[in-house]
Amino acid sequence: MSTVEATVYAAPGESGSLVELKDRYENFIGGHWIAPTTGEYRDNVTPSTGESFCEVAHSGAQDIELALDAAHAAKDEWAQRSPADRAAVLNAVADAIEQNLEMLAVAESYENGKPVRETLAADIPLAIDHFRYFAAAVRADEGRISEIDNQTYAYHFQEPLGVVGQIIPFNFPLLMAAWKIAPALAAGNCTVLKPASPTPWSILKLAELIEEILPPGVLNIVNGPGADIGKALASNKRIAKVSFTGETVTGRLIMSYAAQNLIPSTTELGGKSPNIFFEDVMAADDAFLDKAVEGLVLYAFNKGEVCTCPSRALIQDSIYDEFMERCLARIAAIKQGDPLDCETMIGPQVSANQLEKIESYVTIGRQEGAEVLIGGQRPELSERLAGGYYFEPTVLRGHNKMRVFQEEIFGPVLAVTTFKTEAEALEIANDTLYGLGAGVWTRDGARAFRMGRAIKAGRVWTNCYHQYPAHAAFGGYKASGVGRENHRMMLDHYSQTKCLLVSYDENAMGLF
Amino acid sequence: MEAGPGEQRAAVAATPAARQVINRLTDRHGPLAFFQSGGCCDGTSPICLKDGELPAGPNDVRLGHIGGAPFYIDSDQYQRWGTPRFVIDVAPGAAEGFSLEALEGVHFVSRSPQPDDGRDSLPERAP
Repeated sequence: MSTVEATVYAAPGESGSLVELKDRYENFIGGHWIAPTTGEYRDNVTPSTGESFCEVAHSGAQDIELALDAAHAAKDEWAQRSPADRAAVLNAVADAIEQNLEMLAVAESYENGKPVRETLAADIPLAIDHFRYFAAAVRADEGRISEIDNQTYAYHFQEPLGVVGQIIPFNFPLLMAAWKIAPALAAGNCTVLKPASPTPWSILKLAELIEEILPPGVLNIVNGPGADIGKALASNKRIAKVSFTGETVTGRLIMSYAAQNLIPSTTELGGKSPNIFFEDVMAADDAFLDKAVEGLVLYAFNKGEVCTCPSRALIQDSIYDEFMERCLARIAAIKQGDPLDCETMIGPQVSANQLEKIESYVTIGRQEGAEVLIGGQRPELSERLAGGYYFEPTVLRGHNKMRVFQEEIFGPVLAVTTFKTEAEALEIANDTLYGLGAGVWTRDGARAFRMGRAIKAGRVWTNCYHQYPAHAAFGGYKASGVGRENHRMMLDHYSQTKCLLVSYDENAMGLF
Repeated sequence: MEAGPGEQRAAVAATPAARQVINRLTDRHGPLAFFQSGGCCDGTSPICLKDGELPAGPNDVRLGHIGGAPFYIDSDQYQRWGTPRFVIDVAPGAAEGFSLEALEGVHFVSRSPQPDDGRDSLPERAP
């Protein structure tokens, strides 16, 4: 099936599919495929139909130890490679992904449920670029020299940490893997990666592509339950850093393990991001207004399973009726269904658990008095998709004190409210536990700047949203986590500073 | 156990099905503790850990006990959620994060009954 003609991709394993499928997948450790010591596997389900399509390892703590053995065996050689050599490996990884972009896009879509139009245009191209970015960043990186006096110099080197543990979420399995793997490897570390339980497989398809490119043990992937192997990895004495993306309690747990082992951690823990529309967006009926309408509807991107989902829309009351009318028309036009159909704009939620949570929040919203403007239920789809985890794009109108404005629903559910003044918009925007993302939409550049600086969030998209280019730092204020990703500063997160303090003075200090 | 600072009477309860799972987990792992989560992915789920795995902090409120296990929530989170009453239920499908019930192939769910419904628990949902 060629890209141009494709309207619906064949599911992995079906005849004509771009994606080869085995019945069973083991762990990727030391460059080899290793059966879990538990001997156990579990069914891996596609959310588009709710049916299992393969088995993946259901590992235990002992498998984490095997992966750490492999990583430690590889770490010295990898750390000693020149930056040019490491960059060449990362570029080769990027090339391999690029040559298999369409295959990986289908695999990612099938396992996660995100529409293939998104994986083709965003997830996989961004992952490719991420490896290239860190290949370039590490080549361009350099230490600093401090002249203490004309005979004493401090030379600062960034040295690798060694072996790191990385736990990734289910919402962008391949892209979040790239965000974590690329900087860690570029900085000279080896890693043990634990994929999210609902999405253990697409990263293994990536590993199949790059197993000959990476030296054995540099990247190790172990699948299994977080309660067993997540803990075994994050609390292990043999990791030098832990990185985690997920919810707040596990974030605290990860940081507490790191504290107990005296190692650094980075955490990204979610948000309840405001998306603010000032009245001047409607000053003209033009391309910018159209962009702003799409900007609101982006809450449905990746079916709302995004830590930065613009899940609170704040609209100036003078334009509310007219602006929302346009937005609701755009939402009503969203095509929902099979994620492997190129026409599909929204696919299923990643799991039955997530679907159930979203439904319960819409119920909570109704009980709180929020008005359902659109959606609010599971859609009626074809019989083939009846077992999938679909939920209609939903808009709830209410006020910022409601739970649906304060809690991260992690689904295609927008909470919308109005404001009168810029000061009120800012107050509502900041009235949240979180501070990961925010959006500001206005034709007034000075106001955009004022708002952007005053919103307590790590990323403020201005007249855009949901763009994730490498070289733009990403991370949270407040309860949204500690640390940044997606920027060369990650090389510092994945290294430690060595200072050589050198005296060129021939003479003693004269103290003894 | 005595009520700790900030603890509120009957602010949290568990369905009979959830209590059964808590009992099984206690037999297997020893004393447990619950923390109500927020944030992305598995956020807004109750996370069940071995007691002491995550030390409760000075800003955690203990809402009560379910099946003998303390149930904590961050005090800011509790206020922002409007100090709801929680009923902890259990549903099919393994928890997706570090919560111990994942090993039993189920997940705990925080439900919030309406304040005026007068019931201790919500009816269990069909799978």
